[in-house]
Amino acid sequence: MRAWHFSETAYHLLPPAETYDSIRVSLPNKHYDPAVGADLYHRFLDEWLLAEEEGLDIMLNEHHQTATCVDPAAPLMLSILARQSHKARLLILGNPIANRNQPIRVAEEMAMIDVISRGRLEAGFVRGVPYEISPANSNPVRMNERQWEALDMIVKAWTHHDGPVSFEGRFFHARAINIWPRPYQQPHPPIWISTTSPAGAARVGSRGYIQATFLTGFDGTKAIFDSYRSAWRAGGRGEDVPLDRLAYAAMVYVGETEAEAHAGAEKLLWYVTSNKVPPHFAQPPGYVSVDAGVKMLRGAEHPLSAFAKAATVEGAIKAGIMMAGTPDQVVKQIRAVYDHVGGFGHLLNMGQAGFLEHEETVRGIKLFAREVYPRLQAFGA
Amino acid sequence: MGIVNLAGVDIDVWEGGEGPPLLFLHGAGGFRPGPAFLDLLGMHQRVIAPSHPGFGLSDLADWMDRPEDIAHVYWELLDRLGLDTIDIVGTSFGGWIAAEMATMQPQRLHRLVLVAPAGVKTGSRHELDIPDMFATPADVIQRMLYVDPDKFKVDPDAMTDEELRIMLRNRESFALFAWDPYLHNPKLPHRLHKVICPTLFLRGAHDGLISAEYVARYAALVPNARIVTLPDAAHVPQLETPEAFATAVLSFLNGEG
Repeated sequence: MRAWHFSETAYHLLPPAETYDSIRVSLPNKHYDPAVGADLYHRFLDEWLLAEEEGLDIMLNEHHQTATCVDPAAPLMLSILARQSHKARLLILGNPIANRNQPIRVAEEMAMIDVISRGRLEAGFVRGVPYEISPANSNPVRMNERQWEALDMIVKAWTHHDGPVSFEGRFFHARAINIWPRPYQQPHPPIWISTTSPAGAARVGSRGYIQATFLTGFDGTKAIFDSYRSAWRAGGRGEDVPLDRLAYAAMVYVGETEAEAHAGAEKLLWYVTSNKVPPHFAQPPGYVSVDAGVKMLRGAEHPLSAFAKAATVEGAIKAGIMMAGTPDQVVKQIRAVYDHVGGFGHLLNMGQAGFLEHEETVRGIKLFAREVYPRLQAFGA
Repeated sequence: MGIVNLAGVDIDVWEGGEGPPLLFLHGAGGFRPGPAFLDLLGMHQRVIAPSHPGFGLSDLADWMDRPEDIAHVYWELLDRLGLDTIDIVGTSFGGWIAAEMATMQPQRLHRLVLVAPAGVKTGSRHELDIPDMFATPADVIQRMLYVDPDKFKVDPDAMTDEELRIMLRNRESFALFAWDPYLHNPKLPHRLHKVICPTLFLRGAHDGLISAEYVARYAALVPNARIVTLPDAAHVPQLETPEAFATAVLSFLNGEG
């Protein structure tokens, strides 16, 4: 089991939520103080480097026009870490390639980071949450098709080394692909894809890429991993699906005592409670299938949205989207999810959010790394 | 008429009324038979109303993503029906398709009616010509569309699953065709001078989406255009004031006024 420290580099010092309509897309950036933002960037980079010292790997992601994640150019953040870190694997999860005009530019950025880090890049690709559509001015219809075509183009760019090759797809076109540098890892860095639906996982499984899923809880995660494993086997990749193909992201906070842990975990809930977004940004036409849309009009609600309305630490632990407590308790909580979903090889620790201060974050990372992480190595053995 | 296969795509075509042929092109909300304005038009003209690709029961091909693609398919439909010259009435998003059609084969149009049409960008690059429907709360959009939005409330509980499916698919297809560039084709203003037939721009006085200035600038691009404003309507005059709508359209198509 590998564990990854993940922070969304949020800017949490906002006016009261009732004074704005949306924390994403339209929240005026006059509320962002660049001097405070500079301190936060340096702080979050320090926390990633500390996590590396403690033996964890590093994960970051990208969102746009939002206070929840002020990392609109994740390759920039990752390139700093590629130089400043020395041993951690570097996971970007990920590049929103359905919203990018130039897949080749993404292939180049990833190759650079792979070379600078001497082969430590884990290259993740995401479709992007619905509220990314408006900042990117990107069409919400046919996103899946664009994502997969862009990925094919990127892999082609990474794996051809004898001069220009071409790619003329439905959405993306390039006549002379010949990137410099080429990736450090051969044939290319490991590819990760995030999904929150079983249908998406089937496509990832058939290709054998690494499947990550975020806050999908006990049953949601099981459905996704089951779908991945079925598609893996149907694709002729063998009966055994290696654990390192599957990753689960949860909020994680470890304390010396249960009370201390829950106090920290309470602050982590900002991840789900701060996400105030009106329907016209959260449900752009075509983002979900017509059938899923009908169910929503009939009252179906995303489990995470339903949870956020009455979020508690106890409820989050029970739902399998949070691991919080003493080291013993956290090992048990991880084990419970692990056993329920059929195992996974990566735990993506959402270990900092909102008002969780630097010292608290560091204490949580250290306790996890020293008291919990070693005991996860027996899982799956 | 039912399903007609055009360019490999099954298109659902409704037909009603008698008289000279009139191609009716619906807006983003899709086409449903039944509203009074269709009967009023049908008393004087043969109305042919396809559901656009991706709307209603019509298929959508994966190569389609611009209104020009639909315009090409509809000329094929008119060829198939053996109609040499025709009147075209397009509303809103359908007005954009109608304008694209008119620039392609202008000599085949008898008369053209564009009702609160989208399709061009004539204002400053620092301001949207048409408010961003995809970044606006649904209740605000309803007030832009109707003088009396309560009469046209969407109530999912009163709709069948199939009706909801069509509504959501219409919205999705509208986004596909209208997203970027937003509700316009940058090339269309440079083609509209070819439209030689008499053209009527019809606008409801209370329209919150298509402004009077926008219509004036649009009409200025068309050689033989006039503008009529319907005082008691907003963006959907054919539904809110069907008699006034039908009177304005039919008198124009008859060459009166």
